[in-house]
Amino acid sequence: MAKLSDEQEMLRDMAQNWVRGESPVGAWRKQRDADTAAGYDQAVYAEMASMGWTGITIAESYGGSDFGWMSLGLVVEECAKTLTASPLIACAIAARAIALGGSAEQQQKYLPAIASGELVATLAVDEGPRHDPTQIATSVTDGKLTGTKAFVAEGDSAGLFVVAAKDGLYLVEDGAGVTKSRRHMVDHRSHAEVRFDGAAADKLTGGGDALLDRILDHARILTAAEMLGMSQQAFDQTLEYLKQRVQFDRILASFQALQHRMADLFGDIEMTRSAVEAGLGALDSMGDNGDLGQIAAIAKARANDSLHRMSREMIQLHGGIGMTDEFDAGFYLKRARPLEAAWGNSSFLRDRFARLGSY
Amino acid sequence: MASLAETTPSAEALDAFRLEAREWIAANFPPSLKGVDLSRSALEAPSDKSPDREAWRIAMGDKGWGTPTWPTRYGGGGLSAEEARVLQQELARAGASNPIGGMGVMMFGPTLLEFGSEEQKMAHIPAICRAEVRWCQGYSEPNAGSDLANLQCFAEDKGDHYIVNGQKTWTSGGQWADKCFALVRTDKSKKQGGISFLLIDMHAPGVEVKPIKMISGLSPFCETFFTNVQVPKTDRVGDEGQGWTIGKRLLQHERTNISGGNRMGGGVSLSELAKACVGTDAEGRIADGELRARVARLEMDGRAFAATAMRVAQEGGVSVASSILKINGTKLMQERSELLIDILGMQGLGWEGEGFTDEQIEAVRVWLFGKATTIYGGSTEIQTNIVAKRILGMPDMG
Repeated sequence: MAKLSDEQEMLRDMAQNWVRGESPVGAWRKQRDADTAAGYDQAVYAEMASMGWTGITIAESYGGSDFGWMSLGLVVEECAKTLTASPLIACAIAARAIALGGSAEQQQKYLPAIASGELVATLAVDEGPRHDPTQIATSVTDGKLTGTKAFVAEGDSAGLFVVAAKDGLYLVEDGAGVTKSRRHMVDHRSHAEVRFDGAAADKLTGGGDALLDRILDHARILTAAEMLGMSQQAFDQTLEYLKQRVQFDRILASFQALQHRMADLFGDIEMTRSAVEAGLGALDSMGDNGDLGQIAAIAKARANDSLHRMSREMIQLHGGIGMTDEFDAGFYLKRARPLEAAWGNSSFLRDRFARLGSY
Repeated sequence: MASLAETTPSAEALDAFRLEAREWIAANFPPSLKGVDLSRSALEAPSDKSPDREAWRIAMGDKGWGTPTWPTRYGGGGLSAEEARVLQQELARAGASNPIGGMGVMMFGPTLLEFGSEEQKMAHIPAICRAEVRWCQGYSEPNAGSDLANLQCFAEDKGDHYIVNGQKTWTSGGQWADKCFALVRTDKSKKQGGISFLLIDMHAPGVEVKPIKMISGLSPFCETFFTNVQVPKTDRVGDEGQGWTIGKRLLQHERTNISGGNRMGGGVSLSELAKACVGTDAEGRIADGELRARVARLEMDGRAFAATAMRVAQEGGVSVASSILKINGTKLMQERSELLIDILGMQGLGWEGEGFTDEQIEAVRVWLFGKATTIYGGSTEIQTNIVAKRILGMPDMG
């Protein structure tokens, strides 16, 4: 764990207590069974907003606390441990795009509403099943945006979209010319197809040519923080299980074959923690430094690989019970894969890392 | 070593110290040594007594800056962790490498400062700070490798001294060492509890050293034989039977050092080398796509490892986390060596002589020698046991 300030430790403890008390995995199970398009409980998100979590990375002048990305990462990690569903990450990313690329009017219009939790905003980039920000057909003519975005996270509940078009990022409000189609996915979260037919679009003119890349790097790092939380929880729970399950008159944790597997997973997740914390730290300390692309690629690729492995091992090491719906292991596996694919799978990210390193 | 720091200086004081360090280095560092890595020779070669090296060693030793955070009363620099970092930056800026190193600095010194008597510290630490005495480690034996506590080298009680008989092996730099910190058995009835920590003079009668030739062709390790070697009891660190506790603490220092967190980023760029050796495609990418992905993965993991080493240091120096660092650091170093050889093709497999550059020969020797890193200092398997038992609390079978 990185060196935290007293305020950050308080925030993390508060998040931990709230998650354990108010939002255990059982809460997600109920949400999953309720099977709504939004994929989260609006009352829960309102509660998160009342604790100030929706404004952590938004400037104080727009109703946020400007507490930074490491701080938001702590909350995201704790929430991820119990698979607490919310549009917290999507909103923080969309708000960042508006803060970096938007005019004062655009910021004033949307940031306070995102900070207060009233408005759900999300980034809509990809147009196919694989992340590829170079393949964008969406275009804008006379302020009217047309194109189809695939698997938009929180797309079902979003009131505002930050849409990548050929010539930059645009703000599009839900309404005329916007059609959302729900996609039932394995993680039971929202990944909507969103069709724009001449929807009114307002361009983000600031932030320079690399704005989309920078926003995507934010998304990669924050998603990696969510995946780190899931990996950690999957690991801790599996270790706990091995320590109490008895077979052959011995607890499973006393078998060296399992000890070495767990030790190996532990080291792997620790390295990923370092990479994710380095990413969050980079967002706080430099923001626009050119190295952000590589740092974000490392964080997300490591988080992808660690969670991929841990989510499979969680099931294997629990044996048959891990296969049952009654048990929680399946939730981690089913949430892991959509997150792996989001904003770049590991081969995409290694390619990006190499390109940025000029090879 | 942060725990040994005595004060935390202000920003102004740090700036003043930076200036002082810069001026002192300019006045004392021989330009001929610029860019020369002096740290490895303290471990892997006989001491180089050429005039400039001697002058630099003596200057740094007198100043105590080779061991910057150790207390001044024993010859250290007495600097805070912050000041030591500034000194490090200023040395790097001047292209100067620290001439004070070796096992005395990396392992034995910190352990003696923790467990030694006042007399022992006064007797040994100043000479380590000045690199006047080279130390080697007498731990492993032919039948005590991973099962180190099985060691049999025996120290017989003769009143005010011991008579030591037995054999040690894998004694790094034993042929160049003046002194040996050794684990010996003082009680045959207890395994761990029968071990004591002795300081043995390598020039004493009855000490014999034989270098072992390794697969790399080098002989950095020795067999060491003790035959009726007399060791005064004042050269025992801690109580009789306390050797295992002290010896394990020392191993944590060793693991932190072997993991080489600060060396991972160094050396030749694999991506540049790969571009030169296998060529690039129209977009400037390494032409062999699989090789390119392997290079990227290794570089990314290397940076995650470096971040981990930094995090462990921030969280408080030597700890059980040393095991994670050692496991991962040595694995990555070996992967890097394998990849380097792979990129060079047949040109990366030369043994000696015509047709190969010095760097290519060096790459081969490093690749071969590097295989030792997952075996010594507690093998990867032993480190993995330590992680499972001590960090994860997974019990022994029983």
